[in-house]
Amino acid sequence: MNQENNSRREFLISGLLAAGVVAGCTPNKNTFEAAAGEDVVASGKKVKLLSVDGEIIEVDEAFLKPVPHMPPVSNTEARIGIPGKKFVMVIDLSRCKNLKKCQSACNHAHELNPGQNWIKVDPMQAGEYTAPYWEPTTCMHCDEPPCVKVCPVDATFKRQDGIVLIDSDRCIGCRFCMAACPYSTRVFNWDQPMLPAAVASQPYSAETSIPQKKGTVGKCDFCADMTREGMLPHCVSACPNGVFAFGDMNEDTVTNGAETFRFSELIRDKAGYRLMEDLGTKPSVYYLPPVNRNFPFQSGLENDKTQNS
Amino acid sequence: MENVIIKDKPIKDTLPKDINSAAGDKIINDLLPQKFGKAGKIWVGILVAICLVGMFAYYRQLRYGLVVTNMRDYVSWGIYISNFVFFVAISLVGSLITAIFRLLGVKWGAPLTRIAEMIAVAGIIFASLIIIVDMGSPERFYYLFLYGRIQSPIIWDVIVITTYFFISVLLLYYPLLPDIKILLHHKERSSQKLNKFYSFIGSFWKGSHKQNLLSNKAINVLCITIIPVAFTIHTVTSWLFATTYRPGWDSTNFGAYFIAGAFLVGAGAVVVAMYVFRKAYHLEKYITDSHFDKMGKIVVLLSLVYLYFNVNEFLTPFFKMKESERGYLNDMFTGSFAPVFWFAILTGMILPIIILLFKKGRRPLPMFIVGVMVVVGAWFKRYLIVTPTLLHPFLPMHDVPEAYRHYFPSWEEWAITMGSLAGTLLVITILARIFPIIPIQETLNEHHETAE
Repeated sequence: MNQENNSRREFLISGLLAAGVVAGCTPNKNTFEAAAGEDVVASGKKVKLLSVDGEIIEVDEAFLKPVPHMPPVSNTEARIGIPGKKFVMVIDLSRCKNLKKCQSACNHAHELNPGQNWIKVDPMQAGEYTAPYWEPTTCMHCDEPPCVKVCPVDATFKRQDGIVLIDSDRCIGCRFCMAACPYSTRVFNWDQPMLPAAVASQPYSAETSIPQKKGTVGKCDFCADMTREGMLPHCVSACPNGVFAFGDMNEDTVTNGAETFRFSELIRDKAGYRLMEDLGTKPSVYYLPPVNRNFPFQSGLENDKTQNS
Repeated sequence: MENVIIKDKPIKDTLPKDINSAAGDKIINDLLPQKFGKAGKIWVGILVAICLVGMFAYYRQLRYGLVVTNMRDYVSWGIYISNFVFFVAISLVGSLITAIFRLLGVKWGAPLTRIAEMIAVAGIIFASLIIIVDMGSPERFYYLFLYGRIQSPIIWDVIVITTYFFISVLLLYYPLLPDIKILLHHKERSSQKLNKFYSFIGSFWKGSHKQNLLSNKAINVLCITIIPVAFTIHTVTSWLFATTYRPGWDSTNFGAYFIAGAFLVGAGAVVVAMYVFRKAYHLEKYITDSHFDKMGKIVVLLSLVYLYFNVNEFLTPFFKMKESERGYLNDMFTGSFAPVFWFAILTGMILPIIILLFKKGRRPLPMFIVGVMVVVGAWFKRYLIVTPTLLHPFLPMHDVPEAYRHYFPSWEEWAITMGSLAGTLLVITILARIFPIIPIQETLNEHHETAE
């Protein structure tokens, strides 16, 4: 039990910290699990960190331990996923004002070319007199993924931790998955992606989805490389309004970086739902309805114009 | 050396008695393949030129990627896929004319079997080629065999199309064997190279009783197997669409709807080919007005069946006007696709039905025009099956460049598509140049029977 708590705390906090630093700290206590047993002398230099509760805490620099950069996982490992996890995302529509910070962070992190957006923010209005709202869409990482069903060569696959990824070294570019996906989430590399030489020459990793290749399909990967390191996907940490919350269904916890929720309570209390439930695709992305909004719909219009022109 | 074997005893024993009679000679003389005349050479030249332009366009596509097409993330399948469906459809006629007619004992269809098989083989070859053209990474084509997953309808298609290809080739080949013997008997009619080719593929055929029995048995087995395989290739092709959730594709009607359309376009293609071959090679005695009349009746029947499936496919969603299908249906009936839609319905079904109901409409020339209408209408119908649906996804087309929200094929797409169509015609033309368009031996046998 204790073990489980620790690992959850690690996961949550590490999302708040800058990359390269891991913590397992508890406020007001200078003991680190990571450093336990080692003789660490306080340096006297303090670093400010944000705690799980949203408080700013000060920690001695000496107690921070750099995370060794994990070697990229093999294709076989990338296809299996992280044991014991079931990743889930909650998107709170009442907080979105179409800032598109999620999109630009995602595009930057995955080296996407102009015109390719793995995250789209759609203006939605169900009926003539119903209220419009902004709806960010990622890959839904369905539990019954139509794209995986139709892929003829096992290039796109579902992992045991729920993430749906693409092996660009396998993809033949038939685009059946794009036709099959009801959420239109997949994008195709119609031409040679413009990438820095250092990126383009890397071997492809299904977890980072880098580098994208001509004639293959790409899509949101839930930042599988980040989650493997216990960090939050780029869209989650980039959103200043806390629209996205990400976590592990098995631990029943999701966080947007600043706030942490019990997943089941959040979905129950705010009447969470999934898109196109009637199709039976069983998405891993949940939505909270746009009620008690933080921003009026109109506040997002200006941004929409500049981004889509 | 092979010549010696061929000219050996069996020939005189097994050929019908009248092979040397004047009538028999005339039949053979009429039906042996003929060298291209001036018109033929121009025709082949034009086809080759179109193919070359298509190949250049494909070279550009290989070099720069599918970006040279106007397909984008929403319309991720364009005219390549509609063309693929068209080719699969047209190739189904082989099974109709050859197998169904044979098994039903329809005797008058005999002179048309080879034309139908040639269209089938050419169609299925280009169906496979065009699907490779549509792939983003064609160099990985063999992954389909290396990593194929049986749950994907594409793999089903790969399996059945390969099967259909081999059955079609065999159905073209086995009935050819007696004719190749006749060809080898008339060596003076062909070049040395061609004669070598004939003896390579058919010199073992002696026409003995045993061989004939074996061949008949094989053809019967192929005729029986090709029917389910033909139904499967087009049903599976329809499932490439029907297994998705999209409005306009999410239909249980699709398999039957596709097969009905396939038989129609195939029959239309046979009518066109009948007319052209009859004119070009003066085959009026063998492809008679009565053949056109009978094919006309078949085309009417097939048009009516296809029209029925179209009503089925469009009327019920139109009646309901579900929100998810509204945009797509409006686009088809009155929107930007309406001209193409009504053109395809009118020229592909309604006008042929009206024209062919009249006896005068079933004469060769009107039949030819109707055949062209059916084929052209069918091609556009396939376009309508693919594109409009993709322009009406469930979620709005947003956060994409403006160009992603429309689709009109680029010149490369047109060039490749036209190239593939020209290639099909070229294959048919070459097959007709090498092999007798009308089975000679069968015609001789029939002549023999009627003479008796």
